[in-house]
Amino acid sequence: MSSETEIAVEDPTAPAEDSPPVTSTRVVEIAVYLVLAALALLLAFDNWRTGMGWASDGPQAGYFPFYLSIILAGASLYGLGRTILNSSEGREAFVTRDQLRRVMQVFVPTFLFCLFTQWLGLYVASFLLIAGFMWMVGRIALWKSLLTSFVFSMIMFVTFDIAFDVIMPKGPLEALFGH
Amino acid sequence: MEAFSLLVHGFAVLLTWKTLALMMVGLVLGIFVGVLPGLGGPNGVAILLPLTFTMDPTSAIVMLSCIYWGALFGGAITSILFNIPGEAWSVATTFDGYPMAQQGRAAEALTAAFTSSFIGSLFAVLLITFLAPGIASFALQFGPPEFFAVYLLTFCSFVGLGREAKHKTIISMALGLLLAGVGMDTVSGQLRMTFGFSDLLRGINFLVAVIGLFGISEILLTMEERLALRGHSARISLHVLWNVWKDLPRYWVTLLRSSAIGAWLGITPGGAIAASFMGYNLAKRFSKDPESFGKGRIEGVFAPETAAHASGTAALLPMLALGIPGSGTAAILLGGLMVWGLNPGPLLFVEHKDFVWGLIASMYLGNIVGLVMVLTTVPVFAAVLRVPFAAIAPMIVVSCAIGAYAIQNAMFDIWLMLLFGVVGYIFKKVGIPLAPFTLALVLGSRAEDAFRLAMIGSGGDLRVFWSNGLVGSITTLAFILLFWPVISKAFGRVSELLQPAKRTG
Repeated sequence: MSSETEIAVEDPTAPAEDSPPVTSTRVVEIAVYLVLAALALLLAFDNWRTGMGWASDGPQAGYFPFYLSIILAGASLYGLGRTILNSSEGREAFVTRDQLRRVMQVFVPTFLFCLFTQWLGLYVASFLLIAGFMWMVGRIALWKSLLTSFVFSMIMFVTFDIAFDVIMPKGPLEALFGH
Repeated sequence: MEAFSLLVHGFAVLLTWKTLALMMVGLVLGIFVGVLPGLGGPNGVAILLPLTFTMDPTSAIVMLSCIYWGALFGGAITSILFNIPGEAWSVATTFDGYPMAQQGRAAEALTAAFTSSFIGSLFAVLLITFLAPGIASFALQFGPPEFFAVYLLTFCSFVGLGREAKHKTIISMALGLLLAGVGMDTVSGQLRMTFGFSDLLRGINFLVAVIGLFGISEILLTMEERLALRGHSARISLHVLWNVWKDLPRYWVTLLRSSAIGAWLGITPGGAIAASFMGYNLAKRFSKDPESFGKGRIEGVFAPETAAHASGTAALLPMLALGIPGSGTAAILLGGLMVWGLNPGPLLFVEHKDFVWGLIASMYLGNIVGLVMVLTTVPVFAAVLRVPFAAIAPMIVVSCAIGAYAIQNAMFDIWLMLLFGVVGYIFKKVGIPLAPFTLALVLGSRAEDAFRLAMIGSGGDLRVFWSNGLVGSITTLAFILLFWPVISKAFGRVSELLQPAKRTG
């Protein structure tokens, strides 16, 4: 038969099961419907301004999107009404505090990565993101984190910028090497 | 046998060392993507798409479709060994696959999964080979009204047949269609919904949105869960392989039934996920011993895997023949076609014969090579899961950013990707489906063009959508599908009244 060996990976910073909820799905759902309805009305207004009627040769530029925004607004308001009236649904947690902490642990570095890409170029930013994330969030040894992230960034650089000629944003470091 | 000779020609296009090498690379990347937590078919294809931008279209689509097959194969590995379905359609595979692994029959379960995947795909590819050219040449007679009617049919069937709440599907679809209209209007040259932002002039790129919606949001979602894994490792020996294959003919009914269900649901938009469950449930219902399902029965692996692969493959049929993708991943492949300057739809079969038949031939070859590859390399890929997620997550983020930037060389797109990542995360958590959004975004401008051309042709008369038998029946069918839940409920009530009272208990 097959040789069986267990594969096990631990998760040192896993969210606790009993972490208190930050907010319920219901609240988020209502917020989403409100935002969508507002967006729909804004777009409807913009398309109305562009012209949503009929020109001599067919529908004007705003015709198609205008009616879509009306559909979007209608569906959002229907959802809003349903969620408000049906108060027993969606009581479960949207995220718990621990889960939100973990999501932020990815989101904030990703946001910083995008920000740094503008000034330092994509490859330097990616080196910082991977090394920082592995070391700080994953609790992986610093030298492993630095090495992995250096190798990965180099592979990406060689693959995209050199082999496939797909040019990425660059910063001062690449300029130093004449790229 | 015109299809056959064209197919042979397609193989001739493929059989170069370069294409074969790309095929292998695509399969390896695909299996990798399928095995990794938080990544699946659509994400993998979306993220790896930029790699192909500088290739010629045939090589590019061969590599991308191989990534797709690879991801489908890879999903089965995690479902069986770790009880973690990589994709929604792998869920049914865990029902019997994981119990088998627990009983020490992991190798058997994997062999069964890979083999049945192969059979399902083969069934669907055969269907594509012989049906797609016919459908395409039929669709060549379509004018703008017919095309708009077909788009309408696609959208309506998503709303009517989808499992999610109807208003959520409508929201997702309307939003996708709206965002597709942002930017310069192609007919009048007017600016729409840009609000003075020059970055929005180009419009919202479909691939940027997809990378955010599927890639970034999936990372956020995955982080919410406990990422500790515990699973089995397996090596497939020739002995096991022979044992499973020897028994295969006994299950021909299950295999054929699942293939047919999968192919049908794959062609219907929005049906891909339902296929695997339906395949599983029907196998259980028709079994002489339904009690043994869920406890490690090999048939419980055959049925869903065959259906899932058949539907995943069949989803490419409407994409090739009509330019309408049957699934999220097919929509992304379609987005890729447009990047390479190919216009998906019936004309593709006429104008780009090499491309189409190369792609179809690659479906055969990719599945055969993929089968051999997964059977021999399972231990390697299962070991990939040993790599901690903290190392993989940032690498995926970087790959997503590279992908988003490469499409139009715009920093704005990286920010847009991040925004779509957050939107995707929230939508998934409140149950707004993303597949209709993807489809609407990729089809939006073409649907609108078809509508406007039809209107210009008819002088603004909406009756053009019922002006002849063909377009009339498609439009009517679209409305029937849109209101299908209401109609089927009404019919259900009528038939209940007609039937004698059911026995209770």
